Amino acid sequence: MRISTSAADTMEGYNFAYLDEHTKRMIRRAILKAIAIPGYQVPFGSREMPLPYGWGTGGIQVTAAIIGPDDVLKVIDQGSDDTTNAVNIRRFFARTTGVKTTERTGEATIIQTRHRIPETPLRDGQIIVYQVPIPEMLRWLEPREAETRKMHALGEYGAMHVKLYEDIAHHGHIAATYDYPVIVNERYLMRPSPIPKFDNPKMHMNPALQLFGAGREKRIYAVPPYTAVRSLDFEDHPFETQRWEHACELCGATDSFLDEVIMDDRGKRMFVCSDSDYCLARREKQQPAVA
Amino acid sequence: MYVAVKGGEQAILNSWRLLAEQRRGDTRAPELTLAQIRGQLGLAVDRVMAEGSLYDPELAALAIKQAQGDVIEAVFLLRAYRTTLPRLGVSLPIDTGAMRLQRRISATYKDVPGGQVLGATYDYTQRLLDFQLAAGGTVASAAVAASALPAAPRITEIMGSEGLLAAETPAADDPAPRDLTREPLEFPANRALRLQNLARGDEGFLLALGYSTQRGYANTHPFAGEIRQGTVSVEVVPEELGFAIEIGEIAVTECQMVNQFAGSATQPPQFTRGYGLVFGACERKAMAMALVDRSLRAEELGEAVTAPAQMQEFVLYHSDNVEASGFVQHLKLPHYVDFQSELELVRKLRARYAAAQPKSTDTAEAA
Repeated sequence: MRISTSAADTMEGYNFAYLDEHTKRMIRRAILKAIAIPGYQVPFGSREMPLPYGWGTGGIQVTAAIIGPDDVLKVIDQGSDDTTNAVNIRRFFARTTGVKTTERTGEATIIQTRHRIPETPLRDGQIIVYQVPIPEMLRWLEPREAETRKMHALGEYGAMHVKLYEDIAHHGHIAATYDYPVIVNERYLMRPSPIPKFDNPKMHMNPALQLFGAGREKRIYAVPPYTAVRSLDFEDHPFETQRWEHACELCGATDSFLDEVIMDDRGKRMFVCSDSDYCLARREKQQPAVA
Repeated sequence: MYVAVKGGEQAILNSWRLLAEQRRGDTRAPELTLAQIRGQLGLAVDRVMAEGSLYDPELAALAIKQAQGDVIEAVFLLRAYRTTLPRLGVSLPIDTGAMRLQRRISATYKDVPGGQVLGATYDYTQRLLDFQLAAGGTVASAAVAASALPAAPRITEIMGSEGLLAAETPAADDPAPRDLTREPLEFPANRALRLQNLARGDEGFLLALGYSTQRGYANTHPFAGEIRQGTVSVEVVPEELGFAIEIGEIAVTECQMVNQFAGSATQPPQFTRGYGLVFGACERKAMAMALVDRSLRAEELGEAVTAPAQMQEFVLYHSDNVEASGFVQHLKLPHYVDFQSELELVRKLRARYAAAQPKSTDTAEAA
């Protein structure tokens, strides 16, 4: 059930990882600046990639700039290695770099992700690259970029607190379920890309380097290893993550993010781990014959 | 029993093959050649070059063929290829005053030095479907002028000499324009940068925005001072030579809109201009671009910014069809995780709502 892409399939006529070395250097500079100022959005000269904007071009450029021949790459979308977009991006890198790809979180040196952080804790030396559609946390509150940049410069985040307060006034609790606002290193308000708030605590003091790439919006930002990431909340309404009344019906996990799968047209449902590698590894352990 | 979704890779490969088959269509009909596309779908080639920001009719024709005529997809293909090209140098500014004209009209003067030249245009074709064209056949050859059209001065230069039209002179020390495809857009964007963005912007988007200014969302009182279309020389100065050499020519369409301006405390009343310049014969786009360019000058001319066409961020961030197409269509990617998060919230809110309702024996529940 594990996929491996053979290096025999690599493309001729393109530089390693598609981008030319000057472009990679420009992106690496932006990444270094982003690491130096955790949570700050660094504008960069995003290139037009052969994959569509909105489909991970930011993450792809970041990965292309940092990947080397010895890296082992894992690509997930919605927690799974098998969704078509993840397959496509993994294939893109397999063809343009010939590096080894994996589905196992523990084996990967670089993990490119859309919408999830793996359940298996990341370790020192790993890099997780997030694909970001809209990097600006304040965008729905203030559409003008010139204004939001000013708000960040002044650390003026009152509008975001008011928004959360209004949620509580209207609904009794904060209505954000993904893309939940965080403060990085007690300074910059950051949009964690559309990961569910379930994953927010994993960003805090994570040993891995976390890089965020927004291609269409031409921004890169970062959370260096072991950096504080605090989800916004109030003393009387503390941040809390989603909980399920179910366990994963395949592996029995009670600590993972669950996807709901519709089984028939009479409303029968099933809950399974969104992280397909985590789920499979647990099942392999329980019953080695499954693999 | 639930089976984990697998086989995405095989599905993608199969999809590629199916697409190739659909592209070829019925094999009893001859396959399209690039020469046919260049020669007979020239306006599509021009649009793809303009919005793809790459002047190469052969590659644009290939992109159109590969995209089955989907112009935005063809623009995307050309852009992705363009990214990989090295930048060898920068040309000198093209001189549209020295254009070898194929068409040139002014709506502001009945006759002008150099004359009005209708050229090839759909404007007066009466748009009757031509069934003879369906049958195929020979085409009567067009009348040819006895001599090549002389270069004609631009109308704006004639108006400018009287001071009626605000002069447009390069800024002091004439800074090199920034390259939008190499550096991120930052605001406020100067006019050179805005024009660069509009020149590669989506024709439909600019058309709608330009149209909106004519219907009252920021009226700029435009007159088509001049529209000219033809070919211009491209020159570069190689470092080792130190003088300009011509490396080829490109076809462009230029539109200069002349707009009213009431004047201010520091400036006398005069006309101002909106500018459009596009690769190939893209007249509709050049005109729309000129309208939007003028609208975007609201701030510099002390006009109130009230309408979308005047708002820099609104226009420049949304003009690019490759960006827009990608982001709109990314909605078809899986969003199971975000949706699951929302489901959980809506169920929680519904449970609260139900608990807050007074208990009743109403039959509405059963319905």
